[in-house]
Amino acid sequence: MATLTMTTLDPQSKAARRGLSDLAIRNLFIIPTIIFLIVFNIFPLLYSLGYSFTDFRASSNAPANFVGLDNYRTLLNDPFIWSNFAITAKYVIVSVAGQVVVGFGVALLLNREIPFKGLITTLLLLPMMLSMAVVGLFWKLLYDPSFGIINYAFGLGRFEWLSNPDMALYAVALTDIWMWSPFVMLLSLAGLSAVPKHLYEAAAIDRAGPIYTFFRITLPLVAPILMIAIIFRTMEAFKTFDLAYILTSQPTTEVISIRLYKMAFQEWQTGMSCALAYIVLIMVIAITNIYVKYLNKVKER
Amino acid sequence: MAHIELRNVSKSFGANTALKGLNLTVEDGQFFVLLGETGAGKTTTLRVVAGLEKPTEGTVLIDGVDVGSWGAAERDVALVLQQYSLYPRYTVRENLEFPLKSKIRRVEPAEIKERVDRVARTLRIEHLMDRKTDRLSGGEMQRVSIGRAIVRKPRVFLMDEPLSALDAKLREALRTELKNLQMNLGATFLFVTHDQVEAMSMGDRIGVLDRGRLVQVGTPSEIYARPKNTFVARAVGSPPMNLIHGAVRDGNAVAEAGFSLPIAAAASQDGRAVTFGVRPEDIRLDAEATAKGRVHDVENHGVEKIVTVAAGDALLRLTTPASHKLAIDDTIAFSWNPDKIILFDRGSGLNLAGA
Repeated sequence: MATLTMTTLDPQSKAARRGLSDLAIRNLFIIPTIIFLIVFNIFPLLYSLGYSFTDFRASSNAPANFVGLDNYRTLLNDPFIWSNFAITAKYVIVSVAGQVVVGFGVALLLNREIPFKGLITTLLLLPMMLSMAVVGLFWKLLYDPSFGIINYAFGLGRFEWLSNPDMALYAVALTDIWMWSPFVMLLSLAGLSAVPKHLYEAAAIDRAGPIYTFFRITLPLVAPILMIAIIFRTMEAFKTFDLAYILTSQPTTEVISIRLYKMAFQEWQTGMSCALAYIVLIMVIAITNIYVKYLNKVKER
Repeated sequence: MAHIELRNVSKSFGANTALKGLNLTVEDGQFFVLLGETGAGKTTTLRVVAGLEKPTEGTVLIDGVDVGSWGAAERDVALVLQQYSLYPRYTVRENLEFPLKSKIRRVEPAEIKERVDRVARTLRIEHLMDRKTDRLSGGEMQRVSIGRAIVRKPRVFLMDEPLSALDAKLREALRTELKNLQMNLGATFLFVTHDQVEAMSMGDRIGVLDRGRLVQVGTPSEIYARPKNTFVARAVGSPPMNLIHGAVRDGNAVAEAGFSLPIAAAASQDGRAVTFGVRPEDIRLDAEATAKGRVHDVENHGVEKIVTVAAGDALLRLTTPASHKLAIDDTIAFSWNPDKIILFDRGSGLNLAGA
C-alpha cells in the first residue's frame, strides 16, 4: 500500500481562513457517513441478533423474554420454512441459469463488428435500469390471461401464467431473466473483448473447430468474470422479494424473503423473524464463499 | 511439404494498399525470407498465405491448387507469431497437444504423446512440459510456439518475426536452431523479418519488399553482390553499402565529394551522372592512394573496426582489421576494389548493370 500522504490545506483558501484544518475537513466528510452506517446498518444488525434470542413481538407491549436458541430450533424444524427454502433454491437455479445462458449468448452475438453495436447494447441494457416494482407491475399486465400481450403473441389462448401454481414461479423467474440478463451480458462482453484476437487466429491455424475453440479458449478466459456475474446474481436472486411479491401471491412462489416479510410484519413474530433473517444471512454468506473459493481456483488456472 | 505461389496478389485495407501485384514463388523445402521495413506488407503477405486475410485481387496457390476459398484450417499451414500466441491457463504440454486434439483430426492418445515428446526433445523444452505458459521466459515461450507449429507436421511454416522480441544472444541461438530444424524437417518455410542479418543468415532465398512491392528476389549472395536498386543496396548489409553521387569520366569515378578513383565497369556510361555503390569491405586504407579523407568515427567490433571517413561532404564506411591503429581526425588515404563498384541510375536508383 502506498504511504498515506495528506496534502496540507492551502493557507490562502476560504476554508483555512474559517479556521478549518485539513483534518477537520476530512472528519467533516467521513464522520456523517460512518454515523449513518452505524445507525442504519450496524446497529439494527446487532440489535436484531439480540431479538433473535427472544420471543419479542413488536405489536404487543409484553416484555421480551430470553428464549435462547428456541427460535432457531423451531425454524429449522419447521417443514414449511424448508419448503420456502426449496422454492427459493428452485427460483435461484432457474433464474440465474437463464440469465447466464441468455446474457452470455447475447454477448457472444454482440462480440463482433456489427452496425449500431453501441446503440443495440444500450437498448439491451434498458431493463436493468428500470425499477423492480415497475417491471413487476407491467409484466403482470403482459402475463394477464385475458388481455396480456404474451398470450396474444404466442397464441396461448387464456393460459394462466401467474394463477397457475405450477407455472407462477417460472413466470417470476422469466421476468427476472428478462430484467437481469443484460447485466450478465455486459460483464461477459467485457470478458469477451479482453480475449486477444491472435489467440483465435492461432486456433484457426491449429485447425480447431468453432466448438473446440469456444470450450478451450473463449470459456476459460471469460470464466472468472462470468463467475463474478453469477455471484452477484445468485445473491440477488436469493434475497428476491419485490418481483415475486408484486407478480403473484401463490404459495408456490413464497420465496424465503416473502415468508420473512409475512412473519415480521403480518404475524408480528419479531423475535422469530430476526432468527430467520440470520439464517438467510448465514446461508447467503456460505453460498457466496463457495463461489469465491471457486472463483479463485478458476483465476489461478 | 509444399510449394507456394502468389500470383499478382494485391491487398488493400480501405484506402491503404498493403500489397501491390505481388508475384512470389516458394519452392518445396525452401527457406524463403521476406525482408522489409515496418509497413512494407510482410505480415499481410503471410496472413494472405495463411488464409487469415482474403486478397483483394490475385490468387494464392499451394501445391498448384488455388486455395482462395479455403479457410485457415483447410490450408494446413502453421503460423508462428511475434507475440507467441500461446494459449493462456494451459501448460506447455497442453499447448503442444492443442493442435492434435481438435476434432477435425483424430489422433490416437499414444501418438499424441509420442509426437509431443519428440518435439519437446527437438526444441529442448522437456523440463518445461508441466509449467504454465505464463511462467516462461520469452525464449521459452517462442520455442513452445514453434513446437506447437511443428507438432502438426503442416505443409508450410509461416513465421512472422518470431525472433524479434528476444534478446540478442537468444536470437542468435534460435536462428541457428530454426535453420537446422528446417533442414532436418525438409520443410517449406516462409519467414518474415525486418532484420537483414536474419535474412542473410537463414534464407535460401530472400525477397525484398518495399511498400507492398517485391523489389528483388534472389539468394543472399545475389542480393548482397548485385542489388537491383539503391533501396535493396541500403536494406542488406551491415554496415550498409556506401552510396556516393558522382559521374563516370575516362574509366574513373569522379565523386561530387571531391575524390576520384578508378572503376572497372561500364565505359559506355561515360559522362553520366550516377550513384556509385561500394560495400565497406571493398574500400581499404591505402597510403599511396589519391583519395584523401579524415577519420570521422571508429567503431571497434573486436574482429574488425568500422571506420567512418569524411571525404569532402560524404561519409564513407569501411572495414579494417582491428589491429589497425586509427585516431579520430587522422588524415588517411583510401582506395577501393575497382571490380566491385556498382553503378546506379541517379534518378530511378536502378542498377545500371541490371540485376
